[in-house]
Amino acid sequence: MLDTPLSRRDFVKAGGALVVAFALAPRASAAAETLRWPERSVAPDEVASYIAIDAGGRVTLYSGKVELGTGALTALAQILAEELYVPLDRVATVQGDTALTPNQGPTYASLTIQQGGMQIRRAAATAREALLDLASRRLGQPKAELEIRQGIVGLRSGGEGLSYAQLVSERSLMLGLDPAAPLKDPKDYGIVGTPVPRRDIPAKIFGTFTFVQDVTLPGMLHARVVHPAAVGAKLEAWEDTACRKIPGYVRAVRKGNFLAVVATDEWAAVRASTAIAATWSAWAGLPDESRLFEYVRRSTVARNEVLQSAGDSAAALNGPGTALRATYELALNTHGSIGPSCAVADFQDRRLTVWTPSQASHLLRQQIAFMLRLPLERVRCIFVEGAGCYGRNGADDCSSEAALIASELGKPVRLQWMRADEHGWDPKSPPTLLDYRARIDGEDRIAAWEADIFVPERPTRRSGVTLLAATLAGLPRWGTGSGVYNAGLGIPYRIANNKLTAHWLADTPLPAAWIRAPGRMQNTFANESFLDEIAAAIGIDPFAIRVRHLDDRRGLELLDRLRAFAKWEPRGPRPRDVGAFARGRGMAYVKYELVRTYVGIVADVTVDRTTGGIKVDRVWVVHDCGQVINPDGLRNQIEGNVVQTVSRSLIEKVTFSRSAVTSLDWGSYPILTFPDVPDVAVELIDRRDEVPWGAGEPTTAVVPAAIANAVFDATGARLRSVPFRPETVLAALGRVTSK
Amino acid sequence: MATQIKLTVNGVARDLTVDDPQMPLLYALRDQLGLHGLHFGCGLAQCGACTVHYYGEALRCCVMPVSACAGAEIVTLEGLGTPEKPHPVQQAFVDEQAAQCGYCINGMIMQAAAFLAKNKRPTEAQVRQALAANLCKCGTHVRILRAVMRAAERMA
Repeated sequence: MLDTPLSRRDFVKAGGALVVAFALAPRASAAAETLRWPERSVAPDEVASYIAIDAGGRVTLYSGKVELGTGALTALAQILAEELYVPLDRVATVQGDTALTPNQGPTYASLTIQQGGMQIRRAAATAREALLDLASRRLGQPKAELEIRQGIVGLRSGGEGLSYAQLVSERSLMLGLDPAAPLKDPKDYGIVGTPVPRRDIPAKIFGTFTFVQDVTLPGMLHARVVHPAAVGAKLEAWEDTACRKIPGYVRAVRKGNFLAVVATDEWAAVRASTAIAATWSAWAGLPDESRLFEYVRRSTVARNEVLQSAGDSAAALNGPGTALRATYELALNTHGSIGPSCAVADFQDRRLTVWTPSQASHLLRQQIAFMLRLPLERVRCIFVEGAGCYGRNGADDCSSEAALIASELGKPVRLQWMRADEHGWDPKSPPTLLDYRARIDGEDRIAAWEADIFVPERPTRRSGVTLLAATLAGLPRWGTGSGVYNAGLGIPYRIANNKLTAHWLADTPLPAAWIRAPGRMQNTFANESFLDEIAAAIGIDPFAIRVRHLDDRRGLELLDRLRAFAKWEPRGPRPRDVGAFARGRGMAYVKYELVRTYVGIVADVTVDRTTGGIKVDRVWVVHDCGQVINPDGLRNQIEGNVVQTVSRSLIEKVTFSRSAVTSLDWGSYPILTFPDVPDVAVELIDRRDEVPWGAGEPTTAVVPAAIANAVFDATGARLRSVPFRPETVLAALGRVTSK
Repeated sequence: MATQIKLTVNGVARDLTVDDPQMPLLYALRDQLGLHGLHFGCGLAQCGACTVHYYGEALRCCVMPVSACAGAEIVTLEGLGTPEKPHPVQQAFVDEQAAQCGYCINGMIMQAAAFLAKNKRPTEAQVRQALAANLCKCGTHVRILRAVMRAAERMA
């Protein structure tokens, strides 16, 4: 039995130290039996929320952080096994279930290891110390004489010990997370820091893995949604006469502007979704895409906020020397999950269960309960892996729609979004506009640096993005709408007079949400491009200008290692390739959110002067996220960040009419394909004695600037508008020629 | 009116009853036969997540009418190999840890296996071309290429 019913937390604080008590596990409470859901503690400050040890000595990790295809769950299991001194294969995992796993916050923002993993490490350390205390009492030996081998506590001098199972039999570990519990010395690590193969990969390769798309319940119906013809269109009329001729068709579900069809089999649902007749009101409230950044610049500013400031940049901008100005812009992206969102929901006895690929099952539970006016305890969200999401894709929206349909039907229902639903209705990475100004003084120093970023207003609290079902059906909406949190913007450099001002916009063309390195990719693109422009204006090497403005030991070491790794030759003024193909290399650097993971990359590119095509040939990455949990998993993440962001840098762009998204498939929203994928070389800096920082996003931040800087190195043309599609490149090349 | 269709899937003769002969093979394999190795990605034959082998050739079953498969020999990821008896491409994907979310991986393996069956010792450029129409959004390409090259060596 992996799950033990647990009593209420039973510990007292005495003189600042935790006195740990072990309580006999009571029978499941009457309330839990009524709900027929298991009752476990899910409080994030209790050890039992994370760890259970059964009578056979098997350890279960209950993780609120989930596997989104990043290898996180394997890494979290490594952390637990290491700190608890048990073999890794004895650790089972349960993830993202609001009835079973602690609320560790959404799985986003490169915090899974850095925050979630450290909570798990603390829980394991607290449990281990408690087990040692227990063994000390049972064996009548001081703790200092004890050691743990493979989950057995015994005397250092040898002899038989007590297994964890013997120590905790019939008991639950009822204790609070002890922030002072001693942690294992990294020099004794045998599991953390090793390239353990990922647990989920074999099943994915042999076709036995269960994605959310594969969840099947007895009596389950199939649904498809009929999303509005325009973003803000109203459903004026509908009729399903044609659907009734389709064998297996059950009914339509309509609530406000929400319309779905339900059938006993999946294909019948697909057919019904095209057979149903719906009349939508005309709506054309989107801006003119061809003048998108004029629209952004004209948008109402809800609020200005100075995010970073030193000295007096406004005064310092005026003076002798060279003035530089540049504007950077980044188009909208879709998450582009390869599997469109899917969710299964069941509503029976006024209890709703949702099997969801959400990043945030606890938050989704709150949002759905609010939407359907259900008490929180009557909603359970169970995470099941979907396709990679890279942020807040359509998963929560699809889940909300499945929940709405199930609540109308009172039967289990599976909702699979079609490709156009995902491309059309996932919230988008918003368009971002950035203005930069600088002055280089007479001695080639940066006298002043100023930047303005124009992005949609961020949610004021961790409220999540409004659920699409609530919007369409006119149901209560939890939270403050769409947006991106945009934490940690600014420059990682020491510049005496600098300022970054955010202009939080009241509106953005389409509902917005985070995609990998939200705000930071945009901000880093502009920072690192503009610094490259300054270096070129001064005539010094891109590495040299960064070193000049860094006093950060780890940052400087990283740049040194990157220079050696990529065999960088100082750039500066030099003759450029004059033929049809121009080759160059560029670099970019980030200290992520100004406080954590360091990444530097060099990109080697070839520019086809005739077509405007850019080929990124090779990317060199040096990465320092502190203590590395799983080096192979980390490399996989870094490679993925690079390739995905080369795609976003060169190609990806959401298109839209005045009414709706028009890039609804892979033909109209192309992404990078194998022939154009760069080689990626990765060097990891593993700092075992440091804390581990996030790695899911930081590499993304530096990719667009490194490519743009390489194109400048190759051709002398500056690319300031992402994506760098051939027409953009040709226009930039034309500006160089005409100079 | 229901239609009967006979075909062979992973070496087993199957009789399917379908309401609509135009139904894509994908729904028959996933929903009627419970074969979940192949995935619905786009329904437009653009991404490759649904790839199966049709008489040994890679086929995107999301757009193939089931009626056009009468009598056909179909192999899915589950029939290609098992953990006990893996196909060399599957083994190479495990060895290279060539997956992130893994949703596209069915298509990568099925496309590569069909390609390598007919192309011994391909160059990396040829492998890139062979997989050019298979999409991955996680950016696992670098590992997938390594895995296919490794499998190619073993199969040569």
